[in-house]
Amino acid sequence: MPQLFTRSTNTLARLSIAVVILLLGLGGWLFLELNRSPFVTQAFVAREQPVQFSHKHHAGDDGIDCRYCHTTVETTATAGMPATKTCMNCHSQLFANSPYLEIVRDSWRSGKPIKWTRVHDLPDFAYFNHSIHVNKGVGCSTCHGQVDHMPLMWNTSSLQMEWCLECHRNPEKVLREQKDITSMDWRPPADQAEKGKELARKYNIQPTRVLTSCSTCHR
Amino acid sequence: MSHRDHHDDIAPIRENIRKGINKNGKKEFWRSLEELADTERFREFLHREFPAVNPSEADPSWLDPVGRRNFLKLMSASLAFAGLTACTNQPKEHIVPYVKTPDGLVPGKPQFYATAMPLGGVASGLLVESHEGRPTKIEGNPSHPASLGGTTVYEQASILNLYDPDRSQTPLKLGNPSTWGEFLNELNTYLNGAPEKQIEGQRAKQGAGLRILTETITSPTFADQMNKVKAAFPQMKWHVYEPASRDGARVGAQMAFGQPVNTVYQFDKADVVLSLDADFLTNGPGSVRYSRDFINRRRLTGGSNEMNRLYVVESAMTTTGAKADHRLPMRASDVEAFARAVASAVGASGAPPASLSGDAAKFAEAVAKDLKAHNGKSIVIAGEHQPASVHAIAHAINAALGAPGATLYYTDPIEINPVDQIASIKDLVNDLNAGKVELLVIIGANPVYNAPVFEGGQTGQTFLDAMKKSPMRVQMGLFNDETAANCQWHVSETHYLEGWSDARAYDGAVSIIQPLIQPLYNSKSPHELLAAMLDQGGAASHDIVRDYWRTQPQLSGNFDQNWKQSLHDGLIANTALPSKTFGLKSDLNASIKPATPGKYEIVFRVDPSVHDGRFSNNSWLQELPKPITKITWDNFVFISQNTADEIQLNPNAEPHKGAAKMIRLVNEGLHPLEMPVWVQPGHPDNTVTVYLGYGRERAGNVGNGHGFNTYAIRNVNTPFIAAGNVRLEKAEGEYRLASTQEHFNIDASGIDVRAYIPERDDLIDRHIIRTATLEEYKKAPEAIKHRGHTPGEETTIYPPWNYKDAETVDGRDAPLYNWGMAIDMNACTGCNACVVACQSENNTATVGKEMVFRGRVMHWLRIDTYFRGGTANPQVFFQPMMCQHCENAPCETVCPVNAAVHDAEGLNLQVYNRCVGTRYCANNCPWKVRRFNYLLYGDWDTPSLKLARNPEVTVRSRGVMEKCTFCLQRIIAGKIEAEKQNRFVQDGEIQTACQSACPTEAIIFGDIGAKSNPVGQPPQTRVAKLKAEPRNYQMLAELNTRPRASYLAAITNPNPELEGADHAKSGEKHG
Repeated sequence: MPQLFTRSTNTLARLSIAVVILLLGLGGWLFLELNRSPFVTQAFVAREQPVQFSHKHHAGDDGIDCRYCHTTVETTATAGMPATKTCMNCHSQLFANSPYLEIVRDSWRSGKPIKWTRVHDLPDFAYFNHSIHVNKGVGCSTCHGQVDHMPLMWNTSSLQMEWCLECHRNPEKVLREQKDITSMDWRPPADQAEKGKELARKYNIQPTRVLTSCSTCHR
Repeated sequence: MSHRDHHDDIAPIRENIRKGINKNGKKEFWRSLEELADTERFREFLHREFPAVNPSEADPSWLDPVGRRNFLKLMSASLAFAGLTACTNQPKEHIVPYVKTPDGLVPGKPQFYATAMPLGGVASGLLVESHEGRPTKIEGNPSHPASLGGTTVYEQASILNLYDPDRSQTPLKLGNPSTWGEFLNELNTYLNGAPEKQIEGQRAKQGAGLRILTETITSPTFADQMNKVKAAFPQMKWHVYEPASRDGARVGAQMAFGQPVNTVYQFDKADVVLSLDADFLTNGPGSVRYSRDFINRRRLTGGSNEMNRLYVVESAMTTTGAKADHRLPMRASDVEAFARAVASAVGASGAPPASLSGDAAKFAEAVAKDLKAHNGKSIVIAGEHQPASVHAIAHAINAALGAPGATLYYTDPIEINPVDQIASIKDLVNDLNAGKVELLVIIGANPVYNAPVFEGGQTGQTFLDAMKKSPMRVQMGLFNDETAANCQWHVSETHYLEGWSDARAYDGAVSIIQPLIQPLYNSKSPHELLAAMLDQGGAASHDIVRDYWRTQPQLSGNFDQNWKQSLHDGLIANTALPSKTFGLKSDLNASIKPATPGKYEIVFRVDPSVHDGRFSNNSWLQELPKPITKITWDNFVFISQNTADEIQLNPNAEPHKGAAKMIRLVNEGLHPLEMPVWVQPGHPDNTVTVYLGYGRERAGNVGNGHGFNTYAIRNVNTPFIAAGNVRLEKAEGEYRLASTQEHFNIDASGIDVRAYIPERDDLIDRHIIRTATLEEYKKAPEAIKHRGHTPGEETTIYPPWNYKDAETVDGRDAPLYNWGMAIDMNACTGCNACVVACQSENNTATVGKEMVFRGRVMHWLRIDTYFRGGTANPQVFFQPMMCQHCENAPCETVCPVNAAVHDAEGLNLQVYNRCVGTRYCANNCPWKVRRFNYLLYGDWDTPSLKLARNPEVTVRSRGVMEKCTFCLQRIIAGKIEAEKQNRFVQDGEIQTACQSACPTEAIIFGDIGAKSNPVGQPPQTRVAKLKAEPRNYQMLAELNTRPRASYLAAITNPNPELEGADHAKSGEKHG
């Protein structure tokens, strides 16, 4: 009976095992990368909104402080989406007849709220609290990016758990003074390593093992 | 399930059961008769965390038609595709802000409003949590005298009633949807007449044909409106009826003082308490306050060695009896003779003496002696269902002991119309039968279901028969219930969280009932209905209540300011009724007619879960294990072993609740009723007790068809105690009762498993329950702690828990807490309020009777009930049991996916998103506190139920393990608030849901050490102080898991004179 396999088949067999492992690894890596990509996370994808509201115009050009509209960002879990009344505070006078604002005026007249599309959508199992971050020196732009450059809103980060943990493991990297909290062009100073530690002491930032406990965000 | 049906086998076992010992002759504490008998079902539940249910026992509708092979095929296919679901984006979500944010509302921050819930007309003060305008959680109002922060199960569960999708949603005319306006037109026709329809108006007849039927009312506004209705219709009659009528107290006061009187007890001033069949700790007005006051006198914390003493004579095992230092089981109709014996022994005037024999005589003698020795420091309280004479005698005893003014005081009645309610509804039925009633208006009552059977015919007359004789019937109620279905008009009523009203508390203090939400449906409040009868059909309940109080002196002056203050406080100042003195009538003796007991008797009590049936459609309450029996979803017949034997029930079989025997209850002259039997240790002989509130036909999807309608065997002349013509007969068939008493057995300690202690090379008893008498405790306080075995720090391969702030980075002063809990078993009254509070706070699902039967109940917190002694009169101990948050948690080491983990502050966490449902953790938990979602138990679709959920807690789905988190959401909220202010969390700032609901402060949560307890300093927090008490012990400490929850032993204060007369010793005597 002739031999079915030559000696070279051994090499092929070994090689094929290696190739399969590599392919599996590649597949896994691709899957993970895909999962992190804006294709899945929707990062840097501007969302359509019912009203063409521009943060670039309001926060950038007009220089309105974040907290004028997002009033509860320092006190509660949610930053607070402005009520129609907040819009009308100015727009009953300014651009009072602009067709772009018809939806706002209609909401004001009819009492029906405006239905915005959520941009920063955390999984429901994560319980995020704005107030504790803002009070402890994590500024708006750290998570939301330079909002004053965004005509329509997009998220600049994946909002995935690994991204949260980057800071929860090393909060010193992003801490800033309270006066800079809403500053859009804040960049970590050269001595952030020093400064961050000092701020962490000042703010009584909890130890890393508390910040990285599951219970800090999940319940 | 095998039954040992031979008499030879079973006889010795049954003999042991009577003595409260197992077949090995050992057993101090036991949980069920099955445990003593060591049945197969008990062993299954003991040894397996997830007991298998014999298919022959299961409800056939639950048997899966899909075979195992097919199931596996389907599962493998689903598994193969499961990974793909990760590759999707999250669905688009919207943010919908307000148009104009309401004043004071901060989105994301819950608000609390003060209000009150009336039950049986009597208010209990509440603070209700509201998220963006929807009430989600009930808390007690700490500044309300009836609550002091505590609540009952009814108040906790009432939030679910608000969102009940089966509630009546619109006015109905002959069962068809109609409108309020149309109803007003028709009402107007009947009040003012319509000659073209040949309807003579009631106004013209001065209301001679008008009858109004309500439940007990204490609302001053309602009273004011009713006076106006009476003025408009002078000949109209107002009848009052509800099943738990408290007639005995009302008529008893009439007998004793010649007028209706409200008694307010002050248990905080009493050293000796005698309960004459009164379940005052969990039932009736003021029970929450009474529990707190009573327990405060036996706390034994902070070095106190003082304790009050409670004697209970009772006709069924209640939680009050369970807390008794001496308990005497006695038939309800014998209590009167006992009361007279005590009365004559203490020298009370007006009660004819009685002769007792045996245990009762000795008991009465000792009690009387103890009462006399504590003149002015004692209370005698009679049970709600006891006849008027017992209440009258209790008044006489209290008078003789100098109690009025010292430990109790009298006021005018808090009810508006304090009538004998049974007489009142009898009167109504007579008028109906005589054809005198032309327009019957029923407000909030459901008499077609819950009225007793009246005289007439072979088997009595039902209320429905009589009611149909009124040509026009109107009912207002929360549900389209049995009465609504038989009235021409039904008007949907507002829930107390939807409409304005007011009500008095047990001491008369008035609370404004402030709604938290606009009516969900087209509902109206009773005030609006009465206004309609006064031709003010458009009046809103807010204006009616406010306009009434505008005229009252208590809020005069700056009315708007005072009104606001009253709403804020949840209480109108200076409205508690003043104390009054009433003289005992001299002819009391003549009016007391001794009871005439028969061979057997039936006692009717309101159900501890669904009350008189008004909470039938509340799944939290239906699934709430009733105190002592732990039965869910059903009512049943309490019977003693002796009486069960006498009527040949179950004579040769082991106790087995999976197949409860049936009994036929015959109350002569009424239709007999067949019901399942529950042999209750501690129940007196020759009497049975049944709960009201079951057997509903039109309660809703949850309540229909559960249990048996015991109103059908309730004779109007003997509504509470049917003695005399009563027969008990064995009936055919068996019935499945779903009791959680046999679930989650922690240990068979004393049966055959004891803990092996390597250091000692010995087996020790585990001492799950630790108790001592006050004398023993005083002699050797530390003995309790040393009863078990706590291994040393080094006997573990795990590093010890780091209590210090070692991780404080760079000298940062970061807070680090060590959360823990102390549970005082001496204070726990087993009232269940914590169980419902936990369910409400943590979005816990209910599972239904079949799943309960299989041991799959989802409660994170349960109250384990242990008995000690013979079955004739055992002692009872309550042990609230939830996740113990072990430092060396056994659940964590076995989880293959790291879903059970620890956090930095010592909490044992369950990460739902990691959990794959292996259930290893639950298998490895010695406390059996982990719960697995076998199915999607929660209702995720019904819109109104979504409103009831706590937005701060994840709603769990199928296939996930869950358990107590120590209310993690409250801990995080408290910590965030503190950290924002750069301070530590204050002691007491964070309260778990169970803690805040507890009427007696039995559960205390907090930081057990570290920052608040520097080395060498005494512990500062309340929980740390409790843990330093000598009574404190860790359960199953010998397992070395180092639980963060610990228990404080129960201490009893027995009277040396009654040594051996009851409790533990009585078993041997009767056995």
